[in-house]
Amino acid sequence: MNYIPHTDSEKEQMLDAIGVKSVGELFEHILPELRPKSFDLPAGRSEFEVIEYLKSLGRKNSSHLTDFIGGGFYDHYIPSAVDALAGRSEFYTAYTPYQPECSQGWLQAIYEYQTVICELTGLDVSNASLYDGGTALYEAAMMAVRLTGRKKIIVDSGVNLIYRTMLYTYTSNLCVEFVETPVVHGQSCREDIYKHLDDKTAAVIVQNPNFFGAVDDFSDIVRQSHKSGALVIASVYPVSLGMLKTPAEMGVDIATGEGQSMGIPLSFGGPYLGFIAVKKEHMRQLPGRIAGATVDKDGKRGFVLTLQAREQHIRRERATSNICSNEALCALRALIYSSLLGKEGFRQLASMNYQKAEFAKKVLSKIKGVEVKRSSPTFNEFTVCLPINADEAVCRMIDKGFACGFPLGRFYKGLDNYLLVAVTEKRSREEIMRFANSLESVLCA
Amino acid sequence: MNVPEDLLYTKDHEWARIEGDNAVIGITDFAQDSLGDITFIDLPKQGAELKQSEWCATVESVKAASDVYAPLSGQVVKVNGELAEHPELVNKSAYDKGWFAVIKISDMSQKGKLMSPAQYKEYTEGLSK
Repeated sequence: MNYIPHTDSEKEQMLDAIGVKSVGELFEHILPELRPKSFDLPAGRSEFEVIEYLKSLGRKNSSHLTDFIGGGFYDHYIPSAVDALAGRSEFYTAYTPYQPECSQGWLQAIYEYQTVICELTGLDVSNASLYDGGTALYEAAMMAVRLTGRKKIIVDSGVNLIYRTMLYTYTSNLCVEFVETPVVHGQSCREDIYKHLDDKTAAVIVQNPNFFGAVDDFSDIVRQSHKSGALVIASVYPVSLGMLKTPAEMGVDIATGEGQSMGIPLSFGGPYLGFIAVKKEHMRQLPGRIAGATVDKDGKRGFVLTLQAREQHIRRERATSNICSNEALCALRALIYSSLLGKEGFRQLASMNYQKAEFAKKVLSKIKGVEVKRSSPTFNEFTVCLPINADEAVCRMIDKGFACGFPLGRFYKGLDNYLLVAVTEKRSREEIMRFANSLESVLCA
Repeated sequence: MNVPEDLLYTKDHEWARIEGDNAVIGITDFAQDSLGDITFIDLPKQGAELKQSEWCATVESVKAASDVYAPLSGQVVKVNGELAEHPELVNKSAYDKGWFAVIKISDMSQKGKLMSPAQYKEYTEGLSK
């Protein structure tokens, strides 16, 4: 079946109209060596064959495992109402739903999503969302470069390596200099950060809780950075904000994060949700769409995209970002999720995550040879040191029916025996006990 | 169209009032009128080095963002902070309360590249036809 809707004669007509002989001629300005030799696509298959093939790929997943893996993406419960509401065709099939004349519902949803992000972070202005936590961090870094006119950025190595890698990849052809500072006893190393802070520093990037699960208060780093004229960017885990000090309370200038934990299912590669929120004074450097509330000519409340002069369809090459899209459907899920929980529900959720993780710490620390790291307070994720290689422990635990955590040696040198364990509200007391018993038995094996 | 006699002009509709070693700069009445209601102005930072004919500010109206170019080279010694809260001053008073910045001129000979009031008047009349 041919999915290109134009017939040969229609194609000829179009080429004729623009005075070009062939489709190939349209690409002649691209050097031959830069053109793909072949797209290497397999031959077409029937619907039945394709579905069987995809099912066989799906069977490779071990979706039956009880999940104790975090590392930036968490197994939270998603209320059925999220799927039911976000799946409505008014939302589900709308594309670039920004025209105020016909998209009031969507614009209001985006506006309310932005309100949720501002409430959670305590900051003044959020955009309509970005692709994921990593792209949000990149956009925040470039905001800081534009706002300060400086090009050096200090990055705490407690920031998720996935985000750091994205940051370096995005900026690889831009003149931005990065300095990484170490994590000492689970915490951002103040001494090292301050050593590198100078009048060329655009921003200090930190994460809370950091990749090892440690909770921190960056107020001191913020004070010191502001003295040097640098901004502070914090990547935060939204669920933790139900109980932890907010970025605004620490004085952070730009907060970003991964919104997957708010009603978006875990999946390999997304789609996920990046959020970004800033102090009002920085809002003109925000990337992407922003929905705003206004009144129509009869004085009735309505919603429109606002501050559009930042964006590339108006500002062209001087735009704040090339981002001209957002993760509207994922942002909608996050909005529905947060609305279902409410402020009190969000607090309870955070508390459950914290309590269950503390319980797991207690149980795991009783296993001989297992050391739970306690140098810093944690939220719902913590580091344990095992008597064997953590990769090996993970493999053995799969046979017991557990995805038991993230082996830190994959991201950090010298931590081969360290395992990062996450415990969400979904894990029952019984599951945590079985998890500990299984771990004990595989360590003895 | 208001074209004061004591100023010099560029073809991009900026003006400069030379006061000793310094120049006050802004955009012309013709410019503000073409842009419509101005909602925000991104001004150069104090201490920034401006180069003649290069970007120095951006003016946002409701659906457009227009770059403003420096009429002369020099260092920014003062910016008009009032414009942050009241960008409409540029619409109301382009040559007085709507000034953008004061710069310390680094090359006085660049004055020769600017238009006199009479030249600018003729130039804008040509554009309006």
